Amino acid sequence: MIRARKVGKRFGDKRVLRGVDLDVARGAFAVVTGPNGSGKTTLLRLCAGLALPSEGELEVEVPRAAVGYLAHEPLVYRELTALENLDLYGRLYRVTERRERIGMLLERFGLWDVRHDRVVSYSRGMTQRLALCRVLLHEPELLVLDEPYTALDEAGADLLDAQLTELHGERTVLVSTHDPDRVAPLATQQLALA
Amino acid sequence: MTYFADVGALARKDLLLELRARDTLPAMLLFVVATFVVFHFSLPAHSSQLASSGLLWVAIIFTALLGLGRAFVPEREQRVLDGLVLAPCDRSAIWLAKSIATLAFLGAAELVALPVFALFFHGLSGATVAGVVLADVGICAVGTFLGAMAVATRARDLLLPLLFLPLAIPIVVGGVGASVVGSPGRYLAFLALYDVLFGLLCWATFEYVVTE
Repeated sequence: MIRARKVGKRFGDKRVLRGVDLDVARGAFAVVTGPNGSGKTTLLRLCAGLALPSEGELEVEVPRAAVGYLAHEPLVYRELTALENLDLYGRLYRVTERRERIGMLLERFGLWDVRHDRVVSYSRGMTQRLALCRVLLHEPELLVLDEPYTALDEAGADLLDAQLTELHGERTVLVSTHDPDRVAPLATQQLALA
Repeated sequence: MTYFADVGALARKDLLLELRARDTLPAMLLFVVATFVVFHFSLPAHSSQLASSGLLWVAIIFTALLGLGRAFVPEREQRVLDGLVLAPCDRSAIWLAKSIATLAFLGAAELVALPVFALFFHGLSGATVAGVVLADVGICAVGTFLGAMAVATRARDLLLPLLFLPLAIPIVVGGVGASVVGSPGRYLAFLALYDVLFGLLCWATFEYVVTE
């Protein structure tokens, strides 16, 4: 599903990624590790289609509509409610039975009772849960998750574990983390960036 | 039709955000009215209508700049632009929706500003009002495009006026021309041509502005 050959990325004179080779098969669970500044986020942004490589070849065999990308930031509007944010994304992704799907996700991630509250009033952990709802809303074939456990409490992390376990084998997952042990039981391959 | 549904959803979101935050429109209103008050006292008594017509266009351009500077603030705060860019909708829908929302804010500010101008200076002709409407379209189309370019840079507050003001010169030329000449047809046509040309250019190239 993802094939990268000698992929690199520069921002002006600064090289942030160099010579990455990666093959991720359909249904695989690939874990990207590496110290700060090693280019994990850049690699994930390239795979999600948010940036183009400066060098090398990168093929991602799914259309943009089938990618779910979790970034460092939640990519939701702080002045809108959880419901309004998910409704906007649901419309843009043309999610069928949008309301039911949004309701199911909000309930699963424990946000149903605060669905009418503006995101600005959420804690960081609640916002991360909402971000996960956004990522899963359109049932993407390829999940690109950048440090998904950030800010989640133990209950939130367990929810994410359960969700990833449920999707394991059915969806392709590319995840970057500083805690590879957390996803080790699911991982089918690992890429360590220096 | 899905394209216009996307534009509608995105524009509605911008209007809702403004309704909640009330960041942009009050600032634009206050600025444009304050500008007219300042101009009223700074122009010599019995100064010509030509001078005050020119000031109207200066006020409109800078009021629009204020709104354009705020246009992508919600997207910048949480990098939401990444989320919109990833969505499967045509990326130009993001530009069109934001242009429509900015046009709505500018139009609302002018609904107050133009009567205030008439009160302080002189009445406005139909050609001037038509010129303002046509100019607003061009201002919002080009300004939103440049706003999206500027938002990705660190010097965004500086970059937007530097890029926008040179491109707004034809709008000022067309607008002032439509306001002061006896037969304003060719100036209005000039403004309409500007809208079409720059609108198409922005629509066709917006995708490259939001891709790294």
